[in-house]
Amino acid sequence: MDFELSEKQKKIRETAAKFVKDELEPIAAELDRTKDREMLLATLKKLAGLGFMGIAIDPEYGGTGAETVSFSLVMTEIGRACASTAVTTSVTNMVAEVIQTVGTEELRRKYIPRLCSGEYAAGGFVLTEAVAGSDPASMRTSAVLEGDHWVLNGQKIFISSAEFAGVFVVWAVSDKEARKGRGISAFLVEPSFPGFRVGLAEKKLGQLASPTNEVIFDNCRVPKENLLGVCNDGFRIAASELAGGRIGIGSMALGIGLSAIDFAANYAKERMECGRRIADREGIRSVIAENCARLKGARLMLLRAASLKDQKKFYAREASMAKVYATETANRACHDAMQIVGDYGYTLGCPTERYYRDARVTEIYEGTSEIQRLIIARELLR
Amino acid sequence: MQFELTEEQELVKANMREFCEKYVEPVANEIDYEARFPAENIRRLAEQDMLGIPYPEEYGGAGSDYLTYVMTVEELARACAATGFLVETNTSLVCFSLYKYGSEDQKKKYLAPLCKGDALGAFALGERGLAGDAATTTAVSDGDGYVLNGVKTFVMNAPVAGIFVVFADVAKSGGAGGPSAFIVSADTPGLEVGKPLDKMGARGAPSSEVVLKDCRIPKENLLGQEGQGAVIAGASLDSGRIGIAALALGIAQAALEESVRHSKERVQFGQAICNFQAIQWMIANMGTEIEVCRYLTYYAAWCYDQGLPYSEEAAIAKLMASETAVHQSDRAVQIHGGIGTVKGQKVERLYRDAKITQIHGGTPEFTKMIIADCVLG
Repeated sequence: MDFELSEKQKKIRETAAKFVKDELEPIAAELDRTKDREMLLATLKKLAGLGFMGIAIDPEYGGTGAETVSFSLVMTEIGRACASTAVTTSVTNMVAEVIQTVGTEELRRKYIPRLCSGEYAAGGFVLTEAVAGSDPASMRTSAVLEGDHWVLNGQKIFISSAEFAGVFVVWAVSDKEARKGRGISAFLVEPSFPGFRVGLAEKKLGQLASPTNEVIFDNCRVPKENLLGVCNDGFRIAASELAGGRIGIGSMALGIGLSAIDFAANYAKERMECGRRIADREGIRSVIAENCARLKGARLMLLRAASLKDQKKFYAREASMAKVYATETANRACHDAMQIVGDYGYTLGCPTERYYRDARVTEIYEGTSEIQRLIIARELLR
Repeated sequence: MQFELTEEQELVKANMREFCEKYVEPVANEIDYEARFPAENIRRLAEQDMLGIPYPEEYGGAGSDYLTYVMTVEELARACAATGFLVETNTSLVCFSLYKYGSEDQKKKYLAPLCKGDALGAFALGERGLAGDAATTTAVSDGDGYVLNGVKTFVMNAPVAGIFVVFADVAKSGGAGGPSAFIVSADTPGLEVGKPLDKMGARGAPSSEVVLKDCRIPKENLLGQEGQGAVIAGASLDSGRIGIAALALGIAQAALEESVRHSKERVQFGQAICNFQAIQWMIANMGTEIEVCRYLTYYAAWCYDQGLPYSEEAAIAKLMASETAVHQSDRAVQIHGGIGTVKGQKVERLYRDAKITQIHGGTPEFTKMIIADCVLG
């Protein structure tokens, strides 16, 4: 057992922390308030330039050639400042990874370098439908092979980065007769393909700078070479990728929680009430201590899941544990941080209100806490 | 960054599990029911060199690391928390204080028998009215020795201990004075051990008062320096917290295993209750919280082994693991339903054993203050 980071991992984390402090923190509040697209795209470009869009991707395809532990560390650093930027980065990494894992050499060489370099601002992960959230296998978007194109028809919802992603992984039913979950395939779709349309953006509670849209496939023609992986194996691919995505989201949530508690602790050291700093009150100290303890636990659990993935061992159980624990811990931290800061913490002038809003969805997307618990229970009850 | 155990650690853990399943588990309920000190467990552990695992062989220890020791405590507590407490008090608190602060002579005379299991140790710190800070027990120097007077409470292992570390306040006269630590053999005149308390849990690890009445000890039995008592107590409790975290983990792990087993066997409404989401949720929560606390505990032990500061980490591990022991044992009883409240069921014992892990060695209220001091200053 060795909890020491390697020199390379420390360097990656330092690079991320420096970028976040110098370039992301100063604009995070404005990004949230204005949803300035140019500002977000410029940030994503810089992150790509630092190698953060393909952290665990093979350098042969333009990636950084690091590993999941580094990915977790970077996501936490970015999450400390801006959840919108972090979730975009996490999903883009996942898209690059799924192409690397199951894509043909042609698809890898075509798309991964563009994701890693920032030529594509982001990647999109197109799975969810109105009828298929926690149960993606009941999706209805169809894919029919007609000559040398697949023709996709259907509607997807809650798709992050739909408005500017350069390539999308899209799941659709390729065999209607197959048993549920056994007739789904994955495809790589560019926004320029005919019949692809980005629909309305959702108005959300948090992560406001990261647009979340409907995506409509209206006889969308996808070259047959863009089938990703084996036909009808799409559901397994999705499940496998989502497990990795859990580490990303959990790590990002950890960052939000850490920032919230750091802010509250610093605030408490300044704030005077009844002649004393509130940081000197046992009740306040106690809450800060509990949150620090839980956040530490979340960090270790995330790194454990990342470490297992890096060793190519079975990691789904730990990834689910890490995601549910880190996201719920982060939400508690945001709640407690706002409570410590008081009324001011509820106002737009204070970052705690953004942390609180941004943290909430982390318990929901990329697998709700309920689904994580089902996965964990299934493993424990084997 | 890697979470795997070494081959040697895996082997020790596996051996300990086998040992516990063969010898410790079969008598655990009886020990609890009768509040019987499991002398046979201690004897067997001594034969296996399991009472001084993290201390050097020259002092009778196994020359291993703290992480290995912590895993053995976890295995012990999974079978029998009382036996775990007997070992943890001996090895984390008493042995640690002697190892870190004792002279060579003291180590040979007192640490070695504790590591080898020739005697058990007890840590006499708390008092009625002032738990945590040594204060009203006094030690008066007469040049060649000290005369101790006072009453210590809730001293775990006291009724079966051969060697005590006793904290007392030395009046400032010629020497430095202040809170100090002393080594007192059980057969020293003036040291009286009270009747074992009738406890809720960890019943096989007897606790009692220790009364010091004109108890005279030679000056060679001062541990460390006069006035160093608070430092010795603090450092020993820090290392002890990692041990108690491990104890708590073992209890929690047993609670989870019992719950998984029971929920697969118990049929209600025509199916095993593990098919119901309410039970699945509880089991998922149990598993997740235990896993998190496991890494917090191992991390604290790793920091100890690396020579890194570990007070905050030990406090975090103890806070979280003890809370998880209480939660999981509560959930385990719930999953068992009525039968979970009946004597003879393991979860009934786990529920009672868990609580003391949240109190002994630093309450959550106190450990949170340690963490807050580190975080906030």
